[in-house]
Amino acid sequence: MQVPPPDADGAAAAVEVDAAVAAGDDVIGEAGPITGLAYDMRGERRQAARERRRLLLRRPGFIIGVLIILTWIVCGVGGDKITPSDPLVPNDTSSLSPRAGHLMGTDQLGRDVLSRVMAGARDVLIVAPLAATLSVIAGAFLGLLMGYYRGWVDEILSRLVEVLLSIPVILMALLITATLGSSKIVVIGTVAVLFTPIVTRTVRAAVLSEAQLDYVTSARLRGEKGLFVMTREILPNITPTILVEYTVRIGYAVFTVATLSFLGAGIQPPSPDWGLAVSDTYALIPAGQWWPTLFPALAIASVVVATNLVADSIEAALAA
Amino acid sequence: MSDTAVKTKYALEIEDLQLAYLVRGIPREVLRGVNLHVRPGEAYGLVGESGCGKSTTAYAALRYLPSNGRITGGRILVGGDDVTKMSDKELRLFRAHQASMVYQDPGGALNPTVKIGRQVVEAFTVLGHDRRDSEQEALDALRRVRIADPTRVMQRFPHQLSGGMQQRVVIAMALACNPQLLVLDEPTTGLDATVEAEVLDLVRALRHETDAAILLIAHNLGVIRSMCDRVGVMYAGKLVEEGDAVEVFEQPKHPYTIGLLECLPRHGVRKTQRALYTIPGTLPQIGTPLPTCVFVDRCALADETCRTVVPPVVDVNENSPANRHISRCHHIDRLNQMPEPPEAEVEAVLEGKIVIQMNDLSKTFRQHGNDVPALVGIQLGLGDGETVGLVGESGSGKTTLAKAMLGIYEPDAGSEIKLDEHLLAGKAANRPPEDMRAMQMVFQNPDSALNRTWTVRRILKRTVKKLTGITGEAADTRLETLADALRLSPRHLDMRPRQLSGGLKQRVAIARAFAGDPRVVVCDEPTSALDVSVQAAILNLLSDLQSSESTSYLFISHDLGVVRYLADRIVVMYLGRLQEEGTTDQIFNGPHHPYTEALLSAVPSVDGEPSERIRLSGEIPSPANPPSGCVFHTRCHRFMEGLCDVEEPPVVEIEMGHRIRCHLATTGELAAEPVVAV
Repeated sequence: MQVPPPDADGAAAAVEVDAAVAAGDDVIGEAGPITGLAYDMRGERRQAARERRRLLLRRPGFIIGVLIILTWIVCGVGGDKITPSDPLVPNDTSSLSPRAGHLMGTDQLGRDVLSRVMAGARDVLIVAPLAATLSVIAGAFLGLLMGYYRGWVDEILSRLVEVLLSIPVILMALLITATLGSSKIVVIGTVAVLFTPIVTRTVRAAVLSEAQLDYVTSARLRGEKGLFVMTREILPNITPTILVEYTVRIGYAVFTVATLSFLGAGIQPPSPDWGLAVSDTYALIPAGQWWPTLFPALAIASVVVATNLVADSIEAALAA
Repeated sequence: MSDTAVKTKYALEIEDLQLAYLVRGIPREVLRGVNLHVRPGEAYGLVGESGCGKSTTAYAALRYLPSNGRITGGRILVGGDDVTKMSDKELRLFRAHQASMVYQDPGGALNPTVKIGRQVVEAFTVLGHDRRDSEQEALDALRRVRIADPTRVMQRFPHQLSGGMQQRVVIAMALACNPQLLVLDEPTTGLDATVEAEVLDLVRALRHETDAAILLIAHNLGVIRSMCDRVGVMYAGKLVEEGDAVEVFEQPKHPYTIGLLECLPRHGVRKTQRALYTIPGTLPQIGTPLPTCVFVDRCALADETCRTVVPPVVDVNENSPANRHISRCHHIDRLNQMPEPPEAEVEAVLEGKIVIQMNDLSKTFRQHGNDVPALVGIQLGLGDGETVGLVGESGSGKTTLAKAMLGIYEPDAGSEIKLDEHLLAGKAANRPPEDMRAMQMVFQNPDSALNRTWTVRRILKRTVKKLTGITGEAADTRLETLADALRLSPRHLDMRPRQLSGGLKQRVAIARAFAGDPRVVVCDEPTSALDVSVQAAILNLLSDLQSSESTSYLFISHDLGVVRYLADRIVVMYLGRLQEEGTTDQIFNGPHHPYTEALLSAVPSVDGEPSERIRLSGEIPSPANPPSGCVFHTRCHRFMEGLCDVEEPPVVEIEMGHRIRCHLATTGELAAEPVVAV
């Protein structure tokens, strides 16, 4: 059913509209003119997709978020080919404040901060999405199992998830990297393990409410196996939830990867990674050298904010 | 404006109201000039199919409109003040002091985290009353809606009250400002018939205490008839007929009204006598240009005049201006030419071979370490091609019985379900495919029953494949036959559920149930989410399918009219136990179990009130802690102390096939009169 979006008119009015919608009455008829003589079904679906795109593109948050992320992707892909100078090689006087020629100044080794910030996008843009992807795959799988089978499967896995969630993130991360060393693969794995329980919980909740619906009962009544019901019947219906969770997780993964690098447990020198750069230079802030710390920190913040903007917009567009 | 306020004799006047929703920037007409007037103390009912604009009209009266709603013409006067011209502040004051609204779902209208007391008190403090006075007023308000122990109720949270009690509280709050206009939007729709009767009684009694104008919206025509003085029949944003409620329902003067009334199974008509009337086609989309008669595309009487000339507003009671009865139709003189629904080709099924036999079927749920017996010793058989109607309030175990039979819930040890003489496994998953395909289900809510990411074709094809083992081209052929039998056209097959109307969705769900040539189909309130015109089509379809496939139905419904139309036998359940069982005539003609008697008398009918009303007090007890003796004794109007609360009554077969579980049955003192005319 296509319902007039009840936004803007104040909470009270929104509640009224919801009530009308809940009453299943009168708000507006079916999505497509079923009565119509010529009915272009594919056109209808295309139109729905177009409508969703239009909703997304109309949100400034989405545009801004995508632009920021695209900028960093360009920087990451381009690497030292597009940076003003080599991010790894000292090529000027050290600790220059921002000025023409070095828009973000140089660090204590004389490397151009702007070049390092640009090149630093690469590692984080590989590591964070990969970690988020792994955690979403694992989380979706576990969440489906728990939400669909419930009972003892849910009981055991829930306890496990709670245990994982109760260990402080940093402690856990340091433990893993201290044991396994700190290669990129380990960082990806660590962040994935840290995020899996969170994704699991979200997916489980979505599956629980979805599994209450009668189409699931109906599938069982025709003798479908659990795996089929989970992956073919339920999964497509919770994909929007997973998609939003995925976007949010990428943002947090950027943040966590940066934190690990900052603590020395993540990406190792001489990479121009942002977290690492902040960690290397923050001790210089009291001496008045704020630029080698501030710009990488802003870069981290921008990615986190941008992914959240995108996530919010997707969520809003799907809800509309 | 104050001038008109003095002169007007109406509490609500809606004059030539036009309203449009902006959809993708384009205004689409929803209301096309609505005129209605409600006097103080009068109850006015609005009826019509979903999407006809009745809720929009009611919400517009309080100017509660979605952000894309625009009033494009006309005016709305409440007590002489034009609601369409108010500023935001005036509007807020108006809503606080002059108008109130009661919604369908009382649970949603109350804040779940705030105690009832505070919420009711707040209804008075927003009016500017003193806090201490408000508390006293809140107590009085709750007493006014017949809540016996208001002090205790005020200490409770909404979820601790039953639906009926919640709705009383909401009504008490709505009446707090002593409104000039009270809008009731489907106030009893989610409630059981017994609770509905209680709430309606209350509203009826309150009408005499206030002089508020009541605007009532309900899809149940019986509710409108029993509550309202006048009624307006709405179609595509226009009132097509308006007049005295009894007169409109007894002598409808518009083809649409006649159609709506004929769709209902009434006067005890059965599927063996005739098919139900259906209104062809569906409501036009909002915004569709309808320059002449709005109903012309679906009207059986439509001719060239209807397509070219705007129909006149005819007052049928021209001679008595006090009792206006108007109809917008060119052909009021030809109304008797409305086509009759076809004679039924359905044969009555009696003494069929037993397909399913349930013996001593019990189901106990474990809840927080307690045993909750939801079904107790059910003994029930379904014959070949027979329809067994299953009735009872919510919580009586109807759906549990159906699901235990289907193996969705595993019955307790000792229960026995036999299909064609062979024992079935308790769990559906342990049943072989041929047992699985023998029993299928049609669910109440087609939105929940169909996977919204699948196309209709995929839903049906998968079911055909799993249930019959047919694949490839043969499956496609079977699919087409199936779609054809259910009157689904090929273009529907590639749609997803949300692109289909409610009736079409339910047809897909029925097609799925019939995909594997089932022996028994459980229909769990299959039409309660649908409009009456669609309901009629679905009921006709179910009865046609049954006669061609000789399928048995276990038909769960709270609509006794529907059950009477379709069922060969009826079973009445209460608290997980069968209370009465008999042929449809036996159940409706009596003698009755006291519970059946109460159920029958609770139904508001379009054909007037039953002679005698029996009101069930309280609500159905928790199955975790069933009453001693007869489980119904706590609410029974014929309770005999010392017997009913001590001794469990035996099941007595008072006539062939008519079994009643009641002490009165042994002594032959059961009420014998037919109670109701549904």
